Amino acid sequence: MATVETADTAVAEEGGVRRRDFINIAAVSFAGAGAVATVFPLVNQMNPSADVLALSSIEVDISAIETGQSIKTSWRKQPIFIRNLTATEIAEANAVDVAGLRDPQTLAERTTAGKENWLITLGVCTHLGCVPLGAAQGEIKGEFGGYFCPCHGSHYDTAARIRKGPAPKNLEVPEHEFLSDTVVKIG
Amino acid sequence: MSFPWAKQYTPTTDFGQWMDKQLPLPRFVYNSVGAGYPAPRNLNYMWNFGSMAGLFLVIQIVTGIILAMHYAANAEIAFDSVEHIMRDVNSGWMIRYAHANGASFFFIAIYLHIGRGLFYGSYKAPREMLWLLGVVIYLLAMATAFMGYVLPWGQMSFWGAKVITGLFEAIPLVGKPIQELLLGGFAPDNAALNRFFSLHYLLPFVIVGVVIMHIWALHIPGSNNPTGVDVKGPQDTVPFHPYYTAKDGWTIGLALMFFTALMFFLPNALGHADNYIPANPLSTPAHIVPEWYFWPWYAVLRAFTFDFLFIPAKLLGVLAMFSAILVWFFLPWLDKSPVRSGTFRPKFKIFFGILVIDVLILGYCGGAPAEEPFVMISQVAAAYYFAHFLIILPLLSRMEKPEPLPNSITESVTGKPLNTAS
Repeated sequence: MATVETADTAVAEEGGVRRRDFINIAAVSFAGAGAVATVFPLVNQMNPSADVLALSSIEVDISAIETGQSIKTSWRKQPIFIRNLTATEIAEANAVDVAGLRDPQTLAERTTAGKENWLITLGVCTHLGCVPLGAAQGEIKGEFGGYFCPCHGSHYDTAARIRKGPAPKNLEVPEHEFLSDTVVKIG
Repeated sequence: MSFPWAKQYTPTTDFGQWMDKQLPLPRFVYNSVGAGYPAPRNLNYMWNFGSMAGLFLVIQIVTGIILAMHYAANAEIAFDSVEHIMRDVNSGWMIRYAHANGASFFFIAIYLHIGRGLFYGSYKAPREMLWLLGVVIYLLAMATAFMGYVLPWGQMSFWGAKVITGLFEAIPLVGKPIQELLLGGFAPDNAALNRFFSLHYLLPFVIVGVVIMHIWALHIPGSNNPTGVDVKGPQDTVPFHPYYTAKDGWTIGLALMFFTALMFFLPNALGHADNYIPANPLSTPAHIVPEWYFWPWYAVLRAFTFDFLFIPAKLLGVLAMFSAILVWFFLPWLDKSPVRSGTFRPKFKIFFGILVIDVLILGYCGGAPAEEPFVMISQVAAAYYFAHFLIILPLLSRMEKPEPLPNSITESVTGKPLNTAS
């Protein structure tokens, strides 16, 4: 091989470790770290962009919702149910033995103190994401008087807790805050 | 193919052997860019730009696929969607600047790669097909870059699309219908933007296909080298890996440093401010120029300000611009000199230097306003450009007396005759 030095002919130094081994490992590690640093933004670009995150909280005027009524609104492109519970519905929800539920939660844990009649949940079934019925006038409310998901038959009670059917969890309560008696901020 | 002394791929693991029997992809890679490809031992740094162009092609494809996730090819919202990428998408500004400047670096690499081929006679037998495929890649890259520049739908995008499709109008009789067919309308609008986006996404993959054929065609005769002398034996070559992977890696690292410096600190240095103004069909920017990598050909286009015989100036300019590149297809048969490398051709060396300066002058004129003295300079430079390929090269190959060639690559490297070198 003329004057071309090959790896085999290079002289081994201290303990069989050659300077070239060090250069090899250093170069490959450096390139590897660079590759990881490069890949991060290339993947992170798929996360929600600033304009999507800017829509992450909404304020809803609830003054027009009569007792027993509910409305559907949209938050982060997902349906939100805001329900003004009747005294009977509150009593029904409180009468349930919480320990026996699939996802044990009391009505009080799912509402704001002093505003127990306002039940605010995502309108997204925890099974596979359909929109349950029961929020609009005349829709089936299911066996427990709350919501009923027509896709795979999940029944939710008046506190929107899962009672029957395949859904694993209660309808999710989004982070919310009453700014006044008539305005609620979601998100 | 390859040389008989090429290292053989021998899978050591059970999985490697199983894979090699069913789909010998690792063997293919090993023989193409691994230790199984013996490359001349004397390749200089001018041989580094092929792999660099390949790297920037990959960068363009990766960043381009990402940009397409956020871009909307609709004339109403295209401009806003680019601003959305710049302001809202996580790291979107970085990915867009990488894509915009990556195009420039692709062309820098490809121009140096073409220049290498021109000087060292890499287009001569037995590598004509390799050269022809390279010219095809270059033409595809130009079409892709042009259509990509239209997508942001700014003022330069719009008027660039208008001017370039306007070139086709110069074709006699069918020109106007062809222009309308290309645009899907009478001026660039939604139809044109959508088809440009579709093709801008498609063509890079066509380029990848032609690149694979280009590398295939390269591996049949093997790489040319600075002496232009054929490889005569094992002592003339070294395995591509690790010798040239390491050498290419070093210049790629250097190129990436310049690339990121430009991308982060001067991201708009090669762009045009006018393209940050939304497309307006009723107002033309004062000074329309294409991107820098088109400047020499743009100068050739604008050099024709006079009718010749019965051919109108506009048609002449268009024909000349396309001919300036199409002439490369005939290069292997225009330069008949049996000596490949310019190193051993004393007169060719001088004319090659003049050609490089000539193209740089054309490039400067192409970026300058269409005024005197630039028009006159473009005319002289364009005339010389064609004279180089059509007159000087054929004559040189008859009249020039080349210097003696080394007997072998090894002899040129070691200064010793072949037999005693090892």
